[in-house]
Amino acid sequence: MKDKALITRALLDSIIKLNPLVMVKNPIMFVVEIGFVITLILSFLPQLFGNSGVEPWFNITVSLILLFTVLFANFAEALAEGRGKAQANSLKQTKEEVIANVLKENGKVEKLSSSQLRKGDIVVITQGEMVPGDGEVIEGLASVDESAITGESAPVIKEAGGDFNSVTGGTLVISDEIKVRITRDPGESFLDKMISLVEGAERQKTPNEMALSTVLTSLTLIFMIVVVTLPFFTNYLGFQIDIPILIALLVCLIPTTIGALLSAIGIAGMDRVTQFNVLAMSGKAVEAAGDINTIILDKTGTITFGNRMASEFIPVGEAKSEELSYWAALSSLSDETPEGRSVIKLLKERGTKIDEIMTDGGKIIEFRAETRMSGIDLANGRKVRKGAVDAIKNWVRLQGGHIPTELAEETKAISKKGGTPLAVAVDDKVYGLIYLKDTVKPGMKERFEQLRKMGIKTMMCTGDNPLTAATIAKEAGVDEFIAECKPEDKIDVIKYEQQQGKLVAMTGDGTNDAPALAQADVGLAMNSGTAAAKEAANMVDLDSNPTKIIEVVSIGKQLLMTRGALTTFSIANDIAKYFAIIPAIFMMAIPEMTMLNIMRLDSPLSAILSALIFNAVIIPLLIPLAMKGVTYKPMNSNELLRKNLTIYGLGGIIVPFIGIKMIDMLITFFI
Amino acid sequence: MFTTILSMIITLFIALLLAIPMGIYLAKAFDYNITGLDKIYEPIEKCLFKIGGIKKQNQTWKQYAISLVLANSFMIVIVYMIFRLQGILPLNPSNIAGMEPTLAFNTAISFMTNTNLQHYSGESGLSYLSQMIGILFMMFAAPATALAVVIAFIRGLAGKKIGNFFIDFIRAMTRVLLPISFVAGLIFIGLGVPQTLDPSITAQTIEGTEQNIARGPVASFLSIKELGNNGGGYFGVNSAHPFENPNALSNLIQILLMLLLPTAMPFTYGRMVGSAKQGRTLFISMAMILVVFLGITLTSEYQGNPVLHDMGLQQGQGSMEGKEVRFGVGQSVLYAVVTTASETGAVNTMHDTMTPIGGMLVLSNMLLNTVFGGVGAGFINVMMYTMIAVFLSALMVGRTPEFLGKKIEVKEMKLIAVTMLIHPLLILGASAVALILPQGTEAISNPGFHGLTQIVYEYTSSAANNGSGFEGLGDATPFWNVSTAIVMFLGRYFGLVTMMAVAGSLAAKSLVPQTVGTLRTDTALFGTILLGTIFIVGALTFFPILVLGPVAEYLTL
Repeated sequence: MKDKALITRALLDSIIKLNPLVMVKNPIMFVVEIGFVITLILSFLPQLFGNSGVEPWFNITVSLILLFTVLFANFAEALAEGRGKAQANSLKQTKEEVIANVLKENGKVEKLSSSQLRKGDIVVITQGEMVPGDGEVIEGLASVDESAITGESAPVIKEAGGDFNSVTGGTLVISDEIKVRITRDPGESFLDKMISLVEGAERQKTPNEMALSTVLTSLTLIFMIVVVTLPFFTNYLGFQIDIPILIALLVCLIPTTIGALLSAIGIAGMDRVTQFNVLAMSGKAVEAAGDINTIILDKTGTITFGNRMASEFIPVGEAKSEELSYWAALSSLSDETPEGRSVIKLLKERGTKIDEIMTDGGKIIEFRAETRMSGIDLANGRKVRKGAVDAIKNWVRLQGGHIPTELAEETKAISKKGGTPLAVAVDDKVYGLIYLKDTVKPGMKERFEQLRKMGIKTMMCTGDNPLTAATIAKEAGVDEFIAECKPEDKIDVIKYEQQQGKLVAMTGDGTNDAPALAQADVGLAMNSGTAAAKEAANMVDLDSNPTKIIEVVSIGKQLLMTRGALTTFSIANDIAKYFAIIPAIFMMAIPEMTMLNIMRLDSPLSAILSALIFNAVIIPLLIPLAMKGVTYKPMNSNELLRKNLTIYGLGGIIVPFIGIKMIDMLITFFI
Repeated sequence: MFTTILSMIITLFIALLLAIPMGIYLAKAFDYNITGLDKIYEPIEKCLFKIGGIKKQNQTWKQYAISLVLANSFMIVIVYMIFRLQGILPLNPSNIAGMEPTLAFNTAISFMTNTNLQHYSGESGLSYLSQMIGILFMMFAAPATALAVVIAFIRGLAGKKIGNFFIDFIRAMTRVLLPISFVAGLIFIGLGVPQTLDPSITAQTIEGTEQNIARGPVASFLSIKELGNNGGGYFGVNSAHPFENPNALSNLIQILLMLLLPTAMPFTYGRMVGSAKQGRTLFISMAMILVVFLGITLTSEYQGNPVLHDMGLQQGQGSMEGKEVRFGVGQSVLYAVVTTASETGAVNTMHDTMTPIGGMLVLSNMLLNTVFGGVGAGFINVMMYTMIAVFLSALMVGRTPEFLGKKIEVKEMKLIAVTMLIHPLLILGASAVALILPQGTEAISNPGFHGLTQIVYEYTSSAANNGSGFEGLGDATPFWNVSTAIVMFLGRYFGLVTMMAVAGSLAAKSLVPQTVGTLRTDTALFGTILLGTIFIVGALTFFPILVLGPVAEYLTL
């Protein structure tokens, strides 16, 4: 149903876009529109430019085909724009007026409409209220539902200080209360920006699109020279070609196919990025993504899951290995964090029997940021805890327990290897440590392999020591790594790569990532990150998934490929169109020209109309391709070129021969 | 037939063998770093630089382009004056009068632009002074200019400094044109080509009538005519004249000289950009067009004229109309294809009387202007098509276009887009104008399809700076003199300047490293794309006119 509305809207838009003032921005289609107007006039005043040998029905037919050619082009553009508009509309619904509780300097709370909020205002937002505008949390902690923007239903925690302090207008606070300092005036908010981006209101032609347009305009001019000079030659030879026929020839020769689809390809490319829940600030950024030579990735969270997967149990003091496993299992049975689940998973893999009945009737202790522990108070009164080593130590000491000396050594050993230790304790006794190891996300190795095939170098940044970094780098298959990397180091790496002419992409979320994000050619900020990071980047990932940068690169490449493929196809089409029209035009005066009619088209008029109809019909047929983009599988450039050249170059030569012949066979029934 | 083809294969093979070392030599000759060649040439050049007040300073592309256009324009003015005043100037033993203004205008531009379209008849229209100072000097200056520009252009692509026009111009003379043409001239003298300053002699024929036999410094003229892709004949009938092409060996040497610099250029380029493969790909692509065109032309000429065939005439030797019996169809066709491919314009056969299809192919050589092309200018044109091919195919591998590690962006594409326009605009535009004016159509000697081809040929030859003529056209009139002069001038300098701008712009860009994702321009696949681009962009533009001219003539024969 939604699609139907979209198409209706696009159909309407394609008529509105016939306005010459709009059309003139696309010189190729503007030429077609002028052709339409001239043939339309000639349909009613056939003798306007002197004697005419063709009948009015032919002029009318040509003008109708030209009209449809223009409409098809407009439709393609309108359809691409329409998708963005639909998305913008749903965003606009989010952007309803809400009442904000503004905290005045005198401590009083004043109710103001969200549109009256100014930069620097401080608002209080409590559970169940909508965040009235973009800002930073300055006090408190709350979970926020950002699904309106990200589509992700799981709420995220926002708290004062640190990298998770930014809130976006239009999102919903679902627990607790926070104080927020507004950082944007109305109309400049993230949501506003997003709406105007997806709506395409700010769309400017990208550099490559402009370069291509230049070439296409030049080709159009060349063919105009060809067609305009043609009557002089035929005049000399003693025969004339009718104006509608010349217009038909011109329209067939100029690259209308790509001219019609060019802007749709660009909009759809941006749209594909948006569909992917990544917000690109400009088409230029998407194009640049296709050219990336180096990608800088953070280790934690991007390449690996972070220090979260249990890989070993290390008992301390007099505790035995089985004892530690037993208590670790009990502490984790009702722990739904990834760490907790990984403990159970590891135990099950080792075949350890887990005594689930023990937890019956116990009181589950949830993990809290303040305590940094979780666990269970069993029905028999025993208290089981698992958590950060410091927190556990304090807890055991509080209960008068004693800390084994090896605990410190083992903790140190794990940290050194780049892992994270979790201590397990029951009442006043520490049983041992769970070694949480960094694990490479599944499929990453294959993806880096793909990137290598695309000629892209991957670089891993990590705070780990060189030894650990090397281990992970090898395991993940990245090309290079920087160990003990500080955010400032990233900017140096980017500058170094850029000095060698490379284009660099990176992801980041923290405020200290901002300079590097700004320096990178493609900077992808996480939506969960700080406002500074989002401001500096030229793309924002609404799902906050740093691996997405890889897909963004593919989309960029796909955008360029679609452009190149359809241009090649469009130009290659000219050969067949020439062989349809040229003999047809000259056959009337020089009968021997029949020899060149290699497609054996029925009559000169049917040949011209078939070529013209093919020229028009190919546009809507290629709209799906323009929208979806050419399929892209990573491979080296030569293979890729051979493949695309065969499909769109060779195909572009052959397809119109078949198409024109078929159309000719059909229309001979009517003329 | 078999021996003819064998001799052609041998000729082209020798050309190939010469092209590679010549290419390497050229790269070395223009290297500003110290090379072994400096020892030989430096003393003379230092002297010349001193006289000319030339300092070894790099120019920007703009300064380079301005130097080239101004220097050439200045030469045009000087030579124009000499032509006009030749009647009262010395070295005029045959008492030839001053040239008519439009003819002098045409001739000066014609020789400066490496075209050598001759609307005068050499032996009777020019004094020895005009031949030597005007014509011969320009026959060196024109290719030297083009050679300088192409070297500067390649320097730009290679990311080096553009260089200095005057140094390159003089080096082209001292290191390339003078030594080679000196040796070639001596060989021609040995083969019987005259080299004298004595006036023409009068001979008593067997029938008792008097015949005036023109002669002069022909050998020195001949060698630079071919080497510099000039093509202007000392005698009106050019290399069909026994003094200007005495035998099969002189014919072979002329063909080799015409091909020498144009075929060497890709190798020079490969050397200068540091990748021999880049140059080889271009060479093979161009050579393929040459061989295919040669094959079709040969077939067509050997088949002969169907009209004569229907009349029951034997044409065992092929279509011999307008060809020298001494050379036959084979050597005439090879000469015709080479002279149009290399934009030389020297002829040993009348192109006007070739079969329609044969005539179409020599015309196509000039329409494409990329089948090696004239020294310097042709290669620059090939590079223009290469960049268009790069633009399209780079997009197809999902990258914004880059060529030799430099990004091709809006600025370059704008320049290339206008350069693309100039060739069709000049040829089709000027032909259309000629066809509506009586001054234009009056010149046609053979109305109908062939007449159309005559006109298109004349302007194509001018725009591509070839200079050969479909001689049937009566073109020695003010209209033709002025119109072809304008076409020659624009056809020459417009593209040189815009492409220099492209090179200048690319030179200023930072280098993008090559990865497996980068489009490779040194593969057979890219060569194929280049050929496709040349044919679709270049040939389709002229498809209608070729259909109306030669193809219609062929079909209605």
